[in-house]
Amino acid sequence: MGFTGESKGFINYIYDRYKNLRIKDITLVFEGQITHQVMKALTGLVEEQLDEVEDEKVLRRVYHVMVESLQNINRHAEAYEYRGHPYPGMGLVLVAKNKERFQVTTGNIVEDAHAEEIALFLGKLNTMDQDSLDDLYKKQLREGAVTPKGGAGLGFIDIRRKTGNLLDYSFVSIDEETSFFIFTSIITR
Amino acid sequence: METLRIEQTDDSPQVILDMEDNHFELSGKSLPEDVVDFYQPVLDWLNKYSEAPLSKTIFNIRLIYFNTASSKLIMDILLIFEEMVGEGHDVVIRWHSRRSDDDMQEAGKEYEEMVGVPFEHIVFDK
Repeated sequence: MGFTGESKGFINYIYDRYKNLRIKDITLVFEGQITHQVMKALTGLVEEQLDEVEDEKVLRRVYHVMVESLQNINRHAEAYEYRGHPYPGMGLVLVAKNKERFQVTTGNIVEDAHAEEIALFLGKLNTMDQDSLDDLYKKQLREGAVTPKGGAGLGFIDIRRKTGNLLDYSFVSIDEETSFFIFTSIITR
Repeated sequence: METLRIEQTDDSPQVILDMEDNHFELSGKSLPEDVVDFYQPVLDWLNKYSEAPLSKTIFNIRLIYFNTASSKLIMDILLIFEEMVGEGHDVVIRWHSRRSDDDMQEAGKEYEEMVGVPFEHIVFDK
C-alpha cells in the first residue's frame, strides 16, 4: 500500500499531535468511550507513580480529580451520534503538567438544559470560600442521595475544595440542543 | 449472626463483619461502578446487627482511597452506628490513615464532626 495524499495527511496529523504533546507537557490524552474499565486504566497510570515520586500528596489529588471527572463522563455524558448510531459515555481526557501545577481537562457532550445547570453550579462554587465549600459538602453528604446514575452530587464540590483552585469551564454549542462541555481542574504542586 | 466477608478488588474494599470474632473492618480502595449495589449488603448486615449488637463494637475503617459516591455510603454506615450510640450501645470508629495522606486524616475528622459516634484516629506508615 503506497502513501496516498490522504494517509500522508493522516501521518502529519498524528505527528503534529505528538509534537504538541511534547511542547505543552501533556502526559496523557484519551479520546473515546469512558467506561468504568477505561476510568480505572487511566487513573491507574497516575496511581502507579504514587509510590515513586516525592509529590505523592499532589498525585493523590490528581488521581482523585481524574476519578471524579471521568466518572462524571461515564455517568452523565450525552451520547455522541455518528451516522445514526449513538455512542454513549464518549469523552476526551487530557492531563498536563508543568513545574507549578497539574491540569486535568475533560470534554463531553451535554444537553443545553443540563449545561445551564452545570454552569450555574460551577459558577457558584467558584464564588465560595473554603469554609462554605466544606459546609456545602457536608450538607450534601448528609442530605443528598445517590442518584440512579450512581453519583452523589459531590464530585464538583470536592474537586473545588480539595484543589483550592477555581474551576475552569466552558461550553461550545454543537446544535440547538447540545453543547460540548470542557472542564479543567488545576492541582497546584 | 452469619459473618459477611467480601474480598477486595481493584475498585472495591475488603469487608469483614464478623460478630463471633468481634472483627469489623472496611479496608482498601472504594470506587466501585455501582456504590449502592456494593454497599447494600453491608448496610443490611449492620442494620440487622444493630438490633442486638455486642457490648462493644469497634469498627475499623482503613481505606487508602474512596471516591465521593463512596463517601455517601460510608456516611450511611456511620449513621447506623450513630443510631446505635443513641440507643445506648458502645461503638467506636477506628479511622486508620497513612501518615502521608493528609486528605484521608482530614476526612476522618470531618466524619467525626458530622456523626455522634466516638472516633479514634490511627496513623500508620504504609
